[in-house]
Amino acid sequence: MTTANYLTHPRGIRSWLLTLDHKRIGIMYLVSTLAAFSLGGLFAMIVRTQLLSPNGAIFTVAKDYDHYNQMFTLHGAIMIFLVLIPGVPGALGNFVLPLMLGARDVAFPRLNLFSYYLYVSGALIVILSIILGAVDTGWTFYTPYSSDPDIGSRDAVSLMVFGIFILGFSSILTGMNFIVTIHKLRPSPPNGMTWFRMPLFLWSLYATAVIQILATPILGITLLLLIMERTLHVGIFSPRFGGDPILFQHFFWFYSHPAVYIMILPAMGIMSEVIPTFSRKPIFGYHFVAISSLAIAIIGFLVWGHHMFPNGQSTLLSTIFSFLTMCVAIPSAIKVWNWLATMYKGSISLKTPMCYALAFLFLFTLGGLSGIYLGSLSLNVHVHDTYFVVAHFHFVMFGGTLMGFLSGLHYWWPKMTGKLYNENPARLACALIFLGFNTTFLPQFLLGSHGMPRRSATYLPEFAPYHILSSLGAGIQLLGFILAAAVLIHSLFRGRQSPPNPWGAATLEWSCPSPPPHDNFSTPPLVGDPYDHANLVWISDQEGYRRSQEPEARSQKSQT
Amino acid sequence: MSTTQPHLASHFNSPQQQFDSGKLGIWLFLTTEILLFSGLFCAYAVYRSNHPDIFAFAHQYLNKWLGALNTLILISSSFTMAWSVRAAQLNQKNLCTTLLAITILCGSAFLSVKYIEYKNKWQEHLLPGPRYNPRELPPAEAEALDDQSRDRKGATWEGGAASTLPHGRSLTVAALIPPTETFRAPIGPAGLNPAWVDNDRSSRFSMSWLAPTPSLEPEPNNTHIFFGIYFLMTGLHAIHVLVGISLITWLLLRTTRGDFSPQYFAPIDFTALYWHIVDLIWIFLFPLLYLIGNT
Repeated sequence: MTTANYLTHPRGIRSWLLTLDHKRIGIMYLVSTLAAFSLGGLFAMIVRTQLLSPNGAIFTVAKDYDHYNQMFTLHGAIMIFLVLIPGVPGALGNFVLPLMLGARDVAFPRLNLFSYYLYVSGALIVILSIILGAVDTGWTFYTPYSSDPDIGSRDAVSLMVFGIFILGFSSILTGMNFIVTIHKLRPSPPNGMTWFRMPLFLWSLYATAVIQILATPILGITLLLLIMERTLHVGIFSPRFGGDPILFQHFFWFYSHPAVYIMILPAMGIMSEVIPTFSRKPIFGYHFVAISSLAIAIIGFLVWGHHMFPNGQSTLLSTIFSFLTMCVAIPSAIKVWNWLATMYKGSISLKTPMCYALAFLFLFTLGGLSGIYLGSLSLNVHVHDTYFVVAHFHFVMFGGTLMGFLSGLHYWWPKMTGKLYNENPARLACALIFLGFNTTFLPQFLLGSHGMPRRSATYLPEFAPYHILSSLGAGIQLLGFILAAAVLIHSLFRGRQSPPNPWGAATLEWSCPSPPPHDNFSTPPLVGDPYDHANLVWISDQEGYRRSQEPEARSQKSQT
Repeated sequence: MSTTQPHLASHFNSPQQQFDSGKLGIWLFLTTEILLFSGLFCAYAVYRSNHPDIFAFAHQYLNKWLGALNTLILISSSFTMAWSVRAAQLNQKNLCTTLLAITILCGSAFLSVKYIEYKNKWQEHLLPGPRYNPRELPPAEAEALDDQSRDRKGATWEGGAASTLPHGRSLTVAALIPPTETFRAPIGPAGLNPAWVDNDRSSRFSMSWLAPTPSLEPEPNNTHIFFGIYFLMTGLHAIHVLVGISLITWLLLRTTRGDFSPQYFAPIDFTALYWHIVDLIWIFLFPLLYLIGNT
C-alpha cells in the first residue's frame, strides 16, 4: 500500500509525541500499558518464585518479608492502575472508537493527548516511588497502615498515591471524551449511526466511561485525603488523630468496586465483537447485551460494602450489599448466555481472537461464579482475605479483562499495524497462557478454602504442593506471553499485508483500509447493521472479505 | 471551510456540533468536580453526625461576617460572569471586558478575605492535627503563666489550661511561633476576661474581632478534626477559585484581542459554568462551616 496511512502521515518522532490523532494516541497507550504489564508481570514472577518454598525461596529471613510485601503491592498497583484500567479503553478504545462510530476523531483530541501524558506522568511517579522506597501496604492502601508514618518504612506512600491520583484524572478525561464522542459525533441520519446501530463495544465503552466519570473523582479525593492525613494529620482516616479507618475503606471501595467494572466492561465489549464475527452470526439479543452494560455500571455502584463484611459493618447493611452483589451477577450472566447463544449453530472459526474469547468465556464464568460464593455472607467470613479471593479476582481480572484485551489486540492488530500475524504460533501462545493460567489459579481456590491467608510471605508445609503447582503455572504463562509477544513483533517485520477486512466483520472500522488513513473516512460511511455478515463475501486473491452489495463502491473509492 | 469558520476544528461538521460537544464535555467535567467535593461533604456529614459537639464548639472560631462577605462577593461575581456571556453573545466587547475584569476583582477579593482568615487561623494555631493549639501564648506570657495557670485551673471556662492541651504538647514547645497580640483570640489562660470580650465592640478596628470567642462550654476532644475539614474544604475551593481567576484572565486577554463574537463565545460560556459551580460549592460551604447552631 503506497498511500499515506496514519502511521506514516506525517513522519518523525515529534509528529508522534504531539499527535492529536486518536489512532496514534491509542498506539502510544498500547506501548505504555504493555510496558507496564511487563513490569507488573516481573513482580508477579518474584511473588510466585518466593512462594516455591514454605519458608520463602527469595526472602528467607523475617526482616526481608517487607520486601515480599512490596512485591505484591507493586504487582497489584501496577496491574490495576497502569494496565487494567487504562488498557482496553486507552489503547484499544482510543484506536477503535471513532472508527467504529464513523467519526474522524474523538471529540476533544487535545484533551486526549493531555490524558495520555497524565497517564505517563502518573506512571513515572509510581515508578519513582518504587525507586525511592517501595510501598508495602497492598494496592488498597488501607489506613492506618498507610496513614501512620511511624509503622515501618512507608515514605513512598504519598508519592505513589499522588501518582495514582494523576492516573485517575487521566482516566476521567478519557471517559469524558468517549461519552461526548458517542453522544455528539455519530454520523447523522438518514444513513447515520443510531444508538441501536452502535457496535456493542461502543456500548460497553460508554458504560465504562460513565463509571470512570462518576467513580474516579471519589478515588481522587480519597487519595488526596490520604496524602493530607499523612502530611497534616487532619484526623479523617487515621485513628491516631481521631479519624475513622473504616471510612477510608468505604471511600476506597466506593471507587474501587466500580473500578473492577471499568476493567471488565470493555473486555465484555470485545467479546461482543469477536464472538459474532468468528461465529458468522449476528449477536444474539443485541438490546439485552447493550442494556446489560449499563445495568452493570449502575448496580456496580451499589455493591462496594461486600469488601467489608467482616469489618464491623452492620448486619442489615451487609445483607443489603450481599443481595445487590447477587443482582450484579444477572446482567453479567445475560451477556454470557447471549454469547453462547450467538455461537450456537454458528459457523465457528477458531482464529486466535476467538481462541482468547473462548478462554475468556470459560475463565470469566468460573470467576463470576466464585464471586457469587464470595458475595454470600457466611462463606465470605470463612474465605475473606484468603487465596480464594486472590483466585477469584485473578479469574475475573486476568481471565476476564486480560483475555479480552488479548483477544481484542489480536482482533484489531491487522487494522492497527496493517500486518497479519502467524495464526498457529499465536494459537499456541493462547493455549499456553490458558493452561498456565489454570495451573496457577485453580489451586489457589483450594488453598483459600483450606485457609491459606493471602499476602503472606511464608506458609505451612501442607500447602506446599498447591503453591508449587501454582508457581509452575506462572512459568507456563510467562512462556505463553513471550511467545505471544514474539508472534506479534515478528508480524511487524515479516507479516503479510492485511486486507481491509481479514475477519469478515461488519463494523465500520473494517470498511477503511488497514492501517486506516490519517482522517479515517474521507466521506461519512454508510452505517448498516453492525452484525450483518450476510453480504460479506470472501475474496480469495485478497485473503479478505468484501461487501457484495452497494457500499462496495464506497470502500473501493477510499482504498485508492 | 477553515477561512469562514476560524474556530471550527477539522473533525467537527458544524460550529453547532462543536459547541454542543463542548457543552456536554464541560457539564460532565462539572459532575466530576461535584463528586470530588462530595468526598469532603461526606466526611463532613459523617463527623458532624458522630461528633456534633466538635462542630458546635469549633465553628465559633470562624467569623461568620467574613464568611457572609465572601458569599456576597462570590454571588456578585457569578452575576457579572453570567452577564459577560450575554455581552459576548451581543458582541458588546467593552462591556464584556469590564465584566470579566470585575469578576477577576471579585475572585481576588474573595481570596484576600480568605487569606486574612487563614492568617488568623495560622496565628491562633487553629490548625489540623497536632498543630491545633489555640490556647497557647506568646513565650513571655507562657513563661509567666507556667506556674500561675495551674492555680487558675477551673477558675475559667477552659477548665485547665496548659495541662489539657491536646496531645500533651508543652506550652514552651508549642509557643515557638508567637502569635501577635492583635490577632490572638482573646481567650485562654492569659487571664483575659471573657465578659470583656463579649462586651467589647470598639476593638473591631484592631482586628481582634476576626477571632470570635467560643461560648462558655468545655472543649470537646479532637476539635482539630473540624479544622482539618475546614481547611480541606475551603482550601480545595480556594484552589478552584485560583484556577477560575486564571481562566478568566485568559478570557480577558482573548476578549481584548477580539477573539469572540456572537458566533464563537464557547470559552466564555464554559468558563462561566465552571465559575458558577465554584460559587455554588461555596454557597454550601458557608452555612455548613460558619452557621452551625449551638444546640
